[in-house]
Amino acid sequence: MTEQEIFEKVKAVIAEKLSVEPEKVTLEARFIEDLGADSLDTVELIMGLEDEFGLEISDEEAEKIRTVKDAVAFIQAKLG
Amino acid sequence: MRRVVITGLGPLTPIGVGAEAYHKAQLAGRSGVRPITRFDASTLPVRIAAEVDVNPEAFLDKKELRRLDRFVQYALIAAELALKDAGLEPGALDPERVGTLVGTGIGGMETWEAQSKVFLERGPNRISPFFIPMMIANMASAHIAMRYGFMGPSSTAVTACATGSDAIGNALRMIQLGEADIVLAGGTEAAITPMAIGAFAVMRALSTRNEEPQKASRPFTLSRDGFVMGEGAGVLVLEEYEHAKKRGARIYAELVGFGRSADAHHITEPHPEGKGAALAMRRALWDARVDPEAVGYINAHGTSTPVGDRAEVLAIKEVFGEHAKRLMVSSTKSMTGHLLGAAGGIEAIATAQALYHGVIPPTINLEDPDPELDLDFVPEPREAKVTYALSNSFAFGGQNAVLLFKRV
Repeated sequence: MTEQEIFEKVKAVIAEKLSVEPEKVTLEARFIEDLGADSLDTVELIMGLEDEFGLEISDEEAEKIRTVKDAVAFIQAKLG
Repeated sequence: MRRVVITGLGPLTPIGVGAEAYHKAQLAGRSGVRPITRFDASTLPVRIAAEVDVNPEAFLDKKELRRLDRFVQYALIAAELALKDAGLEPGALDPERVGTLVGTGIGGMETWEAQSKVFLERGPNRISPFFIPMMIANMASAHIAMRYGFMGPSSTAVTACATGSDAIGNALRMIQLGEADIVLAGGTEAAITPMAIGAFAVMRALSTRNEEPQKASRPFTLSRDGFVMGEGAGVLVLEEYEHAKKRGARIYAELVGFGRSADAHHITEPHPEGKGAALAMRRALWDARVDPEAVGYINAHGTSTPVGDRAEVLAIKEVFGEHAKRLMVSSTKSMTGHLLGAAGGIEAIATAQALYHGVIPPTINLEDPDPELDLDFVPEPREAKVTYALSNSFAFGGQNAVLLFKRV
């Protein structure tokens, strides 16, 4: 999967879970500050990404994922 | 003692949304019972219910909707209707003097069912982080408080089918005791789900008159065979009298008495002679030092179950004696179905409207009156100037709550 393909999928998950317009989901966007997520939203978002990509994200790993770019990079590294 | 009046009505009911539509539907004797559309009920013995016809998106944004069980959505819509009807601008009120007390009999049943499925199929780690805050019963009051910034006392009555009346009675006390000047009070329910309908059906509590939905809720008739599940919310603005007078508010009625009791008898059956019900009615009258003879109308609990209607009639006769024959007694559940925790809310609204407009709402479907139940059940709407009216609510577990209203 290319970085662009991962980004598109991540964008769709974020738009659905956070009820935001897809165009707001840029690589630089921060979940809490820019996309309006609260603590429970971020839990749901991580679960959505796990489902979408068929992988597990530990709590320690999840804490480091704060922007869309973090998520894409993390998933790309995990998928190898 | 501080006096409490009703200045805003927020009915979200299967027969009408908003005070005017609800009032007109009652006077037209409309039934809100239809075949269930919310889910496929074809394999169930009960395939009818009284669903509300409302588009929550007209009141709440998309993100809010995804995070709220239907019972909270209904409460928020009803609260907005009530505030508008009262002519109150939430931002102009002292937020610390406004309380919220909207109860529910069951809570987030739909959410519970959906997340149980996730839990059983995918395990505990896949449960939504929103499951608990969507499902727990206190969230109707909590969300109303959050939405408007109301910081007064916030609580939740959970007394099954007495919830709405219990909440309104508790709100009466809050204002009387000076804890708040305004309370948004009432009940909300959204339990038209496969599991809830299935569960009430196996208890044989529900009518199975699937072929004639509009005739299924028929309190006080010989052929009554159970209640019809309804959904929705009824929220009222209760306001301290001087506060209401000062702002020139329209006053629908004064709430003057509240009576509670327990049957101490059975988990689902009422006491056969309605002992607890009678005690609650007597206490509501005593609370306002009003003689039984002064009461002109009772909005009955009247769910259309064989044992419940009988016990209520016996209780009314016990409390009112000879005067029982002169009372008008109607069950608006004949039109709305039984909204469980919201029933007391929408029935308090109907009772306040009866006093304010001078018209008693009917008991529809009274085609074959039960000869043992020989009160005046008002088969057609009737013009009448009544000074005092009661609204009865009796719950599973034998918890009883009765409200007494006075025409202003």
